[in-house]
Amino acid sequence: MYFVQVIVNGILLGSVYALLGVGMTMIFGIVKLTNLAHGEFVVLGAYLSTVLAPLLGIDPVLTLVFTVPLMFLTGFLLQYFLIGRAMKKGAEAALLVTFGLSIILQDGMLMIFTADARHIVASYSMMTVSVGALEVSVLHLVLFAISLVSILSLSAFLKYTHTGRAIRATADDSDAAALSGVNISKVYSIAMGIAMASAAVAGLCVGMKWTYYPSSGGSYLLIAFVVVVIGGMGSVPGTMVAGVLFGLAQVIGGANYGLLISYVMLLIVLVIRPKGIFGK
Amino acid sequence: MSDTILEIDSLSAGYGDFIAVDKVSMTVEKGQIVSLIGLNGAGKTTLINTVAGLQKPDGGTVRFKGEDITSLSADKIVAKGLSLVPQGGRCFNRMSVQDNLLMGGFTKSARKKLKETLGHVYELFPDLADMKKRPAGALSGGQRQMVAIGRALMARPDCLIFDEISLGLSPAVIKDIYRRIIKINEEEKTSVILIEQDTRRALNASDSFYVMLKGRVVLSGKSSGIDSETLKKAYFGI
Repeated sequence: MYFVQVIVNGILLGSVYALLGVGMTMIFGIVKLTNLAHGEFVVLGAYLSTVLAPLLGIDPVLTLVFTVPLMFLTGFLLQYFLIGRAMKKGAEAALLVTFGLSIILQDGMLMIFTADARHIVASYSMMTVSVGALEVSVLHLVLFAISLVSILSLSAFLKYTHTGRAIRATADDSDAAALSGVNISKVYSIAMGIAMASAAVAGLCVGMKWTYYPSSGGSYLLIAFVVVVIGGMGSVPGTMVAGVLFGLAQVIGGANYGLLISYVMLLIVLVIRPKGIFGK
Repeated sequence: MSDTILEIDSLSAGYGDFIAVDKVSMTVEKGQIVSLIGLNGAGKTTLINTVAGLQKPDGGTVRFKGEDITSLSADKIVAKGLSLVPQGGRCFNRMSVQDNLLMGGFTKSARKKLKETLGHVYELFPDLADMKKRPAGALSGGQRQMVAIGRALMARPDCLIFDEISLGLSPAVIKDIYRRIIKINEEEKTSVILIEQDTRRALNASDSFYVMLKGRVVLSGKSSGIDSETLKKAYFGI
């Protein structure tokens, strides 16, 4: 029974890791850019929810109604006016801009929110429900539901809408997409907007599950990296599978061996299938 | 009011210090088929990539339907009615045939008549209708070219440019594709530019021709009645 408990927890938590990777993998796959500021985007999302929930007197999950559009807009503008312009000078310039962004965000958050540890608390944070002999944390179920809904709606958006189709086409062949009438810099900006919106959701999730600091971005970036590389760059389903694998590794290995197991997993994937599980 | 649809005036383009296209001028009349022939590396692809907005020109102008489109980006130029079927087709390999075609109708004006145009394209290429759910990357070379042509048609262009459409295809497939290009030209009054290395086929299909060599136009005229000796000299630069 303990074993089943571990698997269930691993899968529930894995969805949050997948969510951390989704924004990263989109930018990899579509904009062909390594976004070194993704971790700070996540932390920013966490702070926004932390501040907004008590301010408006609402459940932390409901803050997403405000943080997701706000972060989408920020991502769109950042790409359109800053990163996109740097990309014209070459991939290195854009990479450095995202690195600079991560430093600015980190220090900005340090100034505004101080270095204190933060945590997002909801009324159900400590509750559990019993399913048969299983004890499942309500918080884990909520996080799982949020992540699943976010990732599935993103997949549906990419699959069925005009804009989603244009995004996939751009990822496939940006010149051919331009020849079909797609404004490439706009698509890149939308992709960055989506990545940042996903970071808002991921930020809420990690903030509800763990304590965080202005400097936590680096570790989230690292998790996102591992998940993206194991799953295959640019693949949303791959990110989901890798997220769950990562979650299982954390739960099985615990605080001592969790990261060790996941990095060994990463090494194995890099040796056997460098493109990642779902890589093209 | 002239019937010129596309007017390229001393257009130059290159890569860094290398001049690939050197002050090329070219005119395409409404409803005409023009072939652009020349050796590998003569600058044909660079020329039309510049016209289509994929590459920035170093000088000169491009006018389409009387409007200056020289500095427009590729997506704006498609919206004006000038479509390019790039070399190798460049299908979206990970997307289904139908999604490829729908992408072709992405421009605002094309989206209004998306269903109608899609039906028309499937009429022209019935094979594609049978495999609309399959990923384009899984098709044969000839089928992928059909997808690429269909995708370009979805934008309802007034002028279509084909960059070496016959590259790597069997003679039977080439013949089939040419038959359909001529049909598109006759039925829709679409102006066509054929970029080819297969000189004879291009000349047979076109009304007029241009020969490029080392980035310049070295010979042009009506396709019928050109004597092969003059053509050969211009083509090889001897």
